Formats: sequence, C-alpha cells, structure tokens
Amino acid sequence: MSGPNTDYDPVEVTPLKAEEVEAAREAALVAIDAASSLEELKQTRLDHAGDRSPLALANREIGALPPAARKDAGQRVGKARGAVNQALAARQKVLEAEHEARMLVEETVDVTLPTDRFPAGGRHPLTTGAEYIADIFVAMGWEVAEGPLIEAEWLNFDALNLGPDHPARTMQDTFWTEPAENHVVLRTHTSPVQARTMLTREAPIYVVCPGRVFRTDEYDATHSPMFHQVEGLAIDEGISMANLKGTLDHFATQMFGEGIVTRFRPSYFPFTEPSAEVDLTCFVCRGAQVIDGVTCRTCKGEGWIEWGGCGIVNPRVLVACGVDPEKYSGFAFGMGIDRTLMFRTGLSDLRTLFEGDVRLTTAFGSEL
Amino acid sequence: MKAPLSWIKEYVSLPTELGVEEITDRLTALGLKLEAIETSGAGIEGPLVVGQVLTADAEPQKNGKTINWCSVDVGDANGTGEPQGIVCGAHNFVPGDKVVVILPGGVLPGNFQISARKTYGHLSAGMICSARELGLGEEADGIIVLPADAPAPGTDARGVLGLGEEIIEFEINPDRAYALSMRGIARDAALGFDVPFHDPAQIDFPVADGSGYPVRLEDEGCDYFVTRVITGFDPAAPTPEFIKKRLEATGVRSISLAVDVSNYVMMELGQPTHCYDRAKLTGDIVVRRASEGEKITTLDDVVRVLSEEDLLITDDSGPIGIAGVMGGASTEISETTTEIVVEAAHFDPTTVFRSQKRHKLPSEASKRFERGVDPLLPPAAAERVVELLVEHGGGQAVGVSEVGSMASPATRAPLKTITIPVDLPARIIGLDIDEATVVKSLELIGAGVTVSGDSLTATVPTYRVDLTDPYDLVEEVARIVGYDQVPSVLPRRATGGGLTRAQQLRRRIGRALAGAGLVEVVDFPFVGEADFDRLGLPADDVLRHTVKLANPLSSEEPGYTTTLLPGLLKVAARNVSRGQDGVSLFETATVAFPVDQAAPIYGVDRRPTDEELEKLLAAIPRQPLHLGVVLAGERTRGGWWGAAETASWADAIDVVRRLGSELGVAVEVASASRAPWHPGRCAVVSIDGVEFGHAGELHPNVCKAFGLPARSAAVEIDLDFLISKVPATAAGPVFSTMPIAKEDVALTVPVEVTVAAVEAALREGAGELLETVRLFDVYEGDQVGEGKKSLAFALRFRAPDRTLKAEETAAARDAAVARAAELTGAVQR
Repeated sequence: MSGPNTDYDPVEVTPLKAEEVEAAREAALVAIDAASSLEELKQTRLDHAGDRSPLALANREIGALPPAARKDAGQRVGKARGAVNQALAARQKVLEAEHEARMLVEETVDVTLPTDRFPAGGRHPLTTGAEYIADIFVAMGWEVAEGPLIEAEWLNFDALNLGPDHPARTMQDTFWTEPAENHVVLRTHTSPVQARTMLTREAPIYVVCPGRVFRTDEYDATHSPMFHQVEGLAIDEGISMANLKGTLDHFATQMFGEGIVTRFRPSYFPFTEPSAEVDLTCFVCRGAQVIDGVTCRTCKGEGWIEWGGCGIVNPRVLVACGVDPEKYSGFAFGMGIDRTLMFRTGLSDLRTLFEGDVRLTTAFGSEL
Repeated sequence: MKAPLSWIKEYVSLPTELGVEEITDRLTALGLKLEAIETSGAGIEGPLVVGQVLTADAEPQKNGKTINWCSVDVGDANGTGEPQGIVCGAHNFVPGDKVVVILPGGVLPGNFQISARKTYGHLSAGMICSARELGLGEEADGIIVLPADAPAPGTDARGVLGLGEEIIEFEINPDRAYALSMRGIARDAALGFDVPFHDPAQIDFPVADGSGYPVRLEDEGCDYFVTRVITGFDPAAPTPEFIKKRLEATGVRSISLAVDVSNYVMMELGQPTHCYDRAKLTGDIVVRRASEGEKITTLDDVVRVLSEEDLLITDDSGPIGIAGVMGGASTEISETTTEIVVEAAHFDPTTVFRSQKRHKLPSEASKRFERGVDPLLPPAAAERVVELLVEHGGGQAVGVSEVGSMASPATRAPLKTITIPVDLPARIIGLDIDEATVVKSLELIGAGVTVSGDSLTATVPTYRVDLTDPYDLVEEVARIVGYDQVPSVLPRRATGGGLTRAQQLRRRIGRALAGAGLVEVVDFPFVGEADFDRLGLPADDVLRHTVKLANPLSSEEPGYTTTLLPGLLKVAARNVSRGQDGVSLFETATVAFPVDQAAPIYGVDRRPTDEELEKLLAAIPRQPLHLGVVLAGERTRGGWWGAAETASWADAIDVVRRLGSELGVAVEVASASRAPWHPGRCAVVSIDGVEFGHAGELHPNVCKAFGLPARSAAVEIDLDFLISKVPATAAGPVFSTMPIAKEDVALTVPVEVTVAAVEAALREGAGELLETVRLFDVYEGDQVGEGKKSLAFALRFRAPDRTLKAEETAAARDAAVARAAELTGAVQR
C-alpha cells in the first residue's frame, strides 16, 4: 500500500467538489420527493443512495485524499448522504402509509353477507326447563333424585298409599306392562322417586325429582300420553305446611319473578294429608285480573292459575318407606313441567313439544 | 257434582245477603272446589211470555215436513192484544194449550235474535219454545207445554219456568264422599259460615217390624238393608215439576216417578236406593256373593257374567241386582207396577268398587258407595223415598223391615275415635293454633271431642267415613282455620351436595352436542314391529324383544322401545318433509330391555327389608340412558363460501369421538356390520375394549323406508356406559416447549389395511419422541396401483429437554416407517 499523496488537491477531484456534492444531494432530494410509489422509491434509492450513486462514488474517493483534506470532504459527503437517507426514510413512511390505507379500502367486504355455514344446534326447552327448575332447588341445598320410567307397581302405587282398591287409582290411567302378574307399570307420576329416595336414604331428605311420566291420555293440544313433572320432597324434624308454603313461594318467585306467590286450596291426594292444590299468581296480569281494562285471558280474570298439588306426606307413606313418622314429618309437591313451560313461553299446543320440529328447539337457543 | 243453590239453602240458614260467589268462595276454601256457576235461562233476553194456542192449522210442505200455522194469545205482551201468528214445527200440542213464546225483539241463548220473518208462506212473528231452545235441557221432544193452571197469556214466563236458578258445579275430591249430596254441601256451608244446619236425614221413620219385604244377608259385604213396601201406586203418575227441574239441574235425566224419586233422594242425602216391582219378586231377597259364571241382565239390558267377588241382590229367580252398582232388568219398575219394594242399604266400598270396575259400570250409585256412604242413612233415605212416592204416586206405605249389624245399636260397631296430641295440628300446619280452636273446628264437623292432658280424642261422625288417621283431623282443622292462614317459612336444614357427577356430565353432553350443531328433540318411546322391519333388523334381533304394554295407545306400537332410532328417523323425515334441507338431531332418553321377573307387591305397614327391596328392583326392566343422533341431508349450509356439505358416515363417527374428547375418554373405533347401518360404513365404538354403540351411514334401504335423504347417518350409544368411563379427575398434561420437528411420510398399503392400524404401527415404531401423528391425505389411483392406497401422514416430534437434531428426527421417522412396513406391509413412496 502506497503512502498518502500529500500533494493531492481535493479541489481537483471532481466528485468531491462542493458544488458536485451539493448537486448530487439536490438531485437525490428532488427524485425522492417525486417518487409516487414504493416501487419508484425503491428505484430512487438505488439511483441516489445505492452503491453506484454519485454520493456513494464520491464517498469512495475520500480515502484517496490527503489527511488534511479528508475531514472537510468527509463531512461534506456524509452530511449529504445523511440528508438523502433521511429523506428516503421519510418518503418510505409516507408511501407505506398511503399503500396501507389503499389496501384497507380495497379489502373492504360486505359484512352483512350470511355467515351461517354451520347451522346452530340447541337443547330442548323441556331439558333446559327441568334444569332451570332443578337449579332453583339445588341453590337451596336440595339434591336432584332420579328413578326409572318403567317402575314397579308397588313403588308407583302401594307405597304411596294408593292400594289396589283405592278410588284414586282409577284417576290415573296407567300403562300396564305384560304380563300383568309382573306388576310393572310406566310410572304415572314422579312420586315413586320419592319412595325410592326414602327407602334408600336417611332423613333429613331434601330432593327434587324432575322427570318423564306416562298416562293413557289421548294426544291433543292439552293432553299427552307422555309428559313431565317435577316433584319435591322434604323429610325432616318439624316440617310443616308453613315450610311447604315457604318453599313453593320461593320456587314461584324464582321461576316467574318478584311478586309471584302461591295460594293453597284444600284437596285430596292419597300420599299427602293434609293436601292442597297450589295456585300461582297469574304471571301475565300479576294478580291484577285485568290488563288495560280487559279481563286477563291467561287466568280468565281469576288472578290465579292452577299450578300443581302438594301436602304433608301421609304418615302411611313414611311407614311403608321406612321413615319414623313419630320423629319426622315431611312435605311433597308436584307440578307439570310442560305446563309450567307453556306458561313461561306462551306455547299453546302441547304437541309442539313432542313432534321434534327443529324450529321449536332452535327458537329457544340453548337455554330457556 | 251440580247443586242448585236453592236446594242447598233448604238445609242451611245462610244469611240472605250472601251472594253465590261468596258462598262458593267459602266452600272452595273448605275443599269443595267450584267448577262453574250456571244460571238457568242465561242468555234469554226480551219478551218471553206465556201464550195460549188458539188455532193450529197443520200445513204439509213440499219438503215433506208439516208445519203448524198457529194463532197464539199473548195477552198484551205484543202491544196490540191481538193474537200473534207463529209458525211452529212441533206437534206435541193442541189448541188450548199454554206454551212459552218469545216475541220479536227477544234473544235466545247463543245470541239467537228473534224477529218477525217470512217462512213457509206466512209472517211468523215470534217462536214457540222448546226446553232446548231455552237452554234448559238437551232433549227437545217438542215445545214446552205448560200446565193448564199456568198464569194468563202475556205473563212473563221466566217465573213459571223457574229461570234464574243458580246452579253450582263442584269438583268433589274422592275423600269427601259426603259432599256428593245437598246434605253434605249444606253441612260444610253451615260450618263455613257458622250458621245452623238442618239435617234432611233427621226425620221420623217408622220402626221396623218385619212387615217390609223379607231379606236375608248372607255376606258381610252388606251390613244394613232396609225394605219398605208401597201398595196401590199409580204407575202413570207424573214426576212433579220441582223434582224434574232439580234433577235436570244436577244433570240427571227424568225417567219415571219411581226412578226420579230414588235419584232425588240420592242427590238430597247421598244415599242410593233402588225400587223393585214387587210383583216380579219371587221369594226372599238374599244378599250373597255370585257363583262363578252366574249371569244377570242389568237395567241397561246387557247380560253380564258375574264373578265370585260380585255381591248380589237375589231372589228365588236368581240375581236381581249387582249390589251398589246396578239393578236387574227382571224386577224393573214398569208402566204396570202398582206395588213397590224400596231398598236402602249399605255396601262394602271395596266390593262395589271392584264390581263397578269389573263390569265397567260406573254409576251415580257406585260412585257414592265406593267412596263411602254414611252407614246409618238407609232408614231415613227409605223414608224419604216412600214419602215422596206416596205423595206423588198415590198408594200407601205398608211395611218396613231392617236387617244387618248396623240396624240395631246393640250390634252396631262403636263410633270410630281418633286420638291425637292436642298440638299436632299446630305443629303440622306450622301455625299457632290454640286448643280451643282445634276443639271447635272438630266439633263443627260434628265430632265429639274430649281433651285429656296433652291428648285429644275425637269421636268421628258417621257421615265422615274418610276420617281414619290423626293427620285427617289435622286437615279438618287446617281447612276450617283456613289454608290461607298458613304462613310462608322456608325450611332451613337442606345441605345437599349439588348435582351428582353423572347429572353434571349429562348436561355437559347436551351442551357439547348442541354446540356441535345438533338439535335436541323429545319423542315418545312407543314402538312396533313395523319400525323394526324398517330398520332392517333380523327376525331374532335382540332389539325386537321389547317390554310390551297391555294397553298401548296404538296397537301398531305395543312396545316400549329398545332403540331411539325409529323415533328419531321419523322426526328427521318430518323435518325434511316440512322443508328443512338438512337436520342434525339428537335425543337422550332411556330405552328398556325386559327382565322376565315379577315384581312383588308388599304390604305397606312396614318398610320392605333390603332383600325384599332388592328383589323388587331386580324385576324392573333394565333401562340404560341412550344417545341417538341422526344427520340427514345438509350438514353445513352452502353459500358464497362454497357448496353445502352433506352429512356422511364420518360426521356420525365424529359425534362420538368429539364426546369422547369432551369427556376425556379414549373412544376406539372399529368397523362393524350392524342394522340399520350400511354394512361397509358402520363403526362400532368402544372404550377399554367394551363396545357401547354404533355410528355410521344408514343402510340405503333404511333411508328409503323412512323417507330420508340418501347417505343419512346415525349414531346410537349407551350414555350411562360412557359416563361411567369418565375419569373422576383429568391428569394434568406435561408438555415440552422445545422446538418441534416435522416429518411427512407417504406410505402405500393394501386398500384393506385400516388407517388406524397404520397409525398405531407408526406410533409404536416412532417411540417417545413422537408427539402427534395425523393423516392428511389418502390417494387411490393409477400411480399407486391396483388394490393399493397411499396414506400421507404428518409426524410431529419433540423432545422434553432439548432441540432435536436432524439425525434424531430422521431416525425416529425411519423406525416408524419400518414398523409400519413390518405390521401392515406399508411401503414408503
């Protein structure tokens, strides 16, 4: 390597002449400003800041200058290159922002296009309804009891104080299985679950039993050979009708909202004594009997709707199921889930629940 | 039970200011539930007057009918005093008869407006009315002809017809048999308003002297039998109007004086009675059980074959009545009867109930006997029948006999007593009720009450046969104090453990299926042979062995189903026929498999022992919870994104696999052949080697038979089993965060080799470094050759502690391929 040429006159090196550097810088800045797209800017970058650009070439000459001249020339070229790079970066940013904005505009879609590629599923309102009811009781510390739909005659009738000659047994139109001497029936109510619970658990007992039951009713808008009940059973020391009323009032309010309570009327069920029919404040007129001066159609102006039956568990049932009636008393209640559901949802034809049209279920989504 | 208010009021001094609604409200609160209040003649408006027919000209018409063109005197009611011209189609009257006329401007029930109109060539100005047109009865044998002593023409006819009577219909619970009578209703009304009750059974009756018809009781099913004899009876005597009207109000048809009086007394007192034509009786009346096969022709002219359990009224000719149910035709009162034997008896409720059921003969009499009639009523009821028959049918009462243990106080069972702790009503009702209130309440129902220390003994009145247990007295106190007084107090001790694991999982399964786009349906479980045929089940298929119903709704569907598919497939077809392009349905329900065992009937005086209970439960059909799924037609919709996808066998199998992963259970899938599925597109699913159901495409014939789109798919699995296999807790996964290494391999295998087999071999060969293996392509065609297919798998490797070197990954891949080659004949392409 030769030593530096101390006689070299930088002024004589054309690319490093101040006016040349200045001209290159100006040309670059003009070109950058004129670049109207990222592609043009790319070319401009090559032309004015690339390896073969005038300023790059000028920069390369600096090493050849005598030391005394290097500083001045170096500063001059470095400043010019800095200005060009800055302008390039600024222009790049602007053009990128413009490009992005244009892209977003171009990618705009019609968001009202249908999106239902995967049809929605849903759970049956009877299922979610039964769960809704069960949860009200579970929240009170009750448990959910279950039993088979095809049931021993003894559990469906005898154990519940419905002896073979009890007139009330004729009120229940039972599906019997063959042969009759096997004494097996399609359960006519969820009450055998109560019997099973008492037979297999120790008091205190607080259970709710939602489930499917069968009676030989003809199939029409308000009757079905298969329907659903929910029954409750509480066995404990000191259980009274007041506790029954308290529980049903709570149930009614949870199910139908504040201000909806129950009313008892004397009735008769073999498995309870005393027995009562339960009426519910009409949840449409909320007991007012009239709406805007017109008699409420739901309760026919009664202010009340029949909801179910209840009572104090007949001590005969306690005895048959192994509960000491001297120590414990209990209450039981039962109502139709289908009916309660129809109340809540305004369905008018019971058959809608059982014919399986998907439009029923999907109307309820997956919850009631 | 229908009761005219005026009839009830005869036996109870109700304050006159009480309206019918106040009375029925109180009675409903006491347990006699109001069904409806009817007012006779409701819906009649305007001029309804007595008319007298002056002339009636019969005019035959072209249509074959003959009408009467009448002129009717309606007094001044028409404003002119001139006779009114009226066309009448009935023929049961003659000039001179007094009739009921509605004049133009009037309205009949059903908003039937009356105006003068041209008909049959005359201007008919009004109408001569029948009972049916006035809403007073179902029968219309013609127009109403009033008695000759009816008021003058032009008088308002409402009073004459007794319109405006309020008739209350009660729903009477089976325990309140006493309320199936005016006597019983009046008694509750009296205690409800604390006013005097006038017992219509408290009447004098002659002492039995054996002068009635001779009776022998040979069976304990009858403990009281009273006979009265009437001679010189006029069989043509009509039933008086008041009896007719009252019977009509209670819904009983008027037949003849003797029958009407018997029914009238039953409504009045609650005691059924029966009248025999004495001339047709031969020998003593004997009450006994039937001999097997013995026959009787009952009043409805049906020959009935009797059972040994039937209690009969007989004479020398044989059976003349089924006790408490229905009389026999051979001794029926007729238009020639002049001597009557009146029977008033008390029969065993169970005997009557069973006979009524056996012969399918529920009657007004059996309804009362089977629920329980006051056993001391027969002599009073017999007296009332005799009194009314003699008064309205002439003749005289000539004899009275009584037999049975109830006939004499000496042989009568003592009155029933019930002893309770004095505070039992307060405790059970949950209301502060003092001793005086308890005593008064029980006295109001007619009980004799004595209190000794903490215990109270009530002597039950004979009309309350339903009162047997301590809690029965609690109910009496509760209803008299008022159910509306019961406070509302939540019990405080429930401490349950929430939903069981199985209950939670069932909810989760339902939500998972709904989330996968399946719609839940609820269907009936009834099934028939035709359903199994349509499923293509072999004749000996276990699913055809159903629990049979003795009384199915339809003889076509006599079984309780063993499979959810027939119902689901029908529901799917229904949806398709209603315009759905695709349906994805699921149902969870129990099915039933018979066990050939009899369930015992135990007593109820104690809990069955554990062994007894076990025996009982073992006899109940096995009822596992099943899940059924049907996927028919479009599974995804078509749209701007592309075409719809049709449901296939793969979607069905995926339903089960998805549930498995939702629940943390490894579900194994293997090919199977099982109706109703396509034999080549059916999977059996199992867990730990135990099969629990099938999934796949339905057999083409099944799709056709049920009217479903081709290639519809279905699933049926045992959910109880699946749920039992769900681990109690999921093991927390351990996973590496080291970089992943990817290797894809394409293997050629014979077509019959399953993907599962190749995949298993790859796993086995690859060893522990393999993280996942997933099939991403299947190719069959020229390039792989006849009888072969190419399977492309993506293998993903990862080490727990380091970045894998390329050589390690390659070695694991090669080992996997080698094992696949060894086990399945796979050749890497």
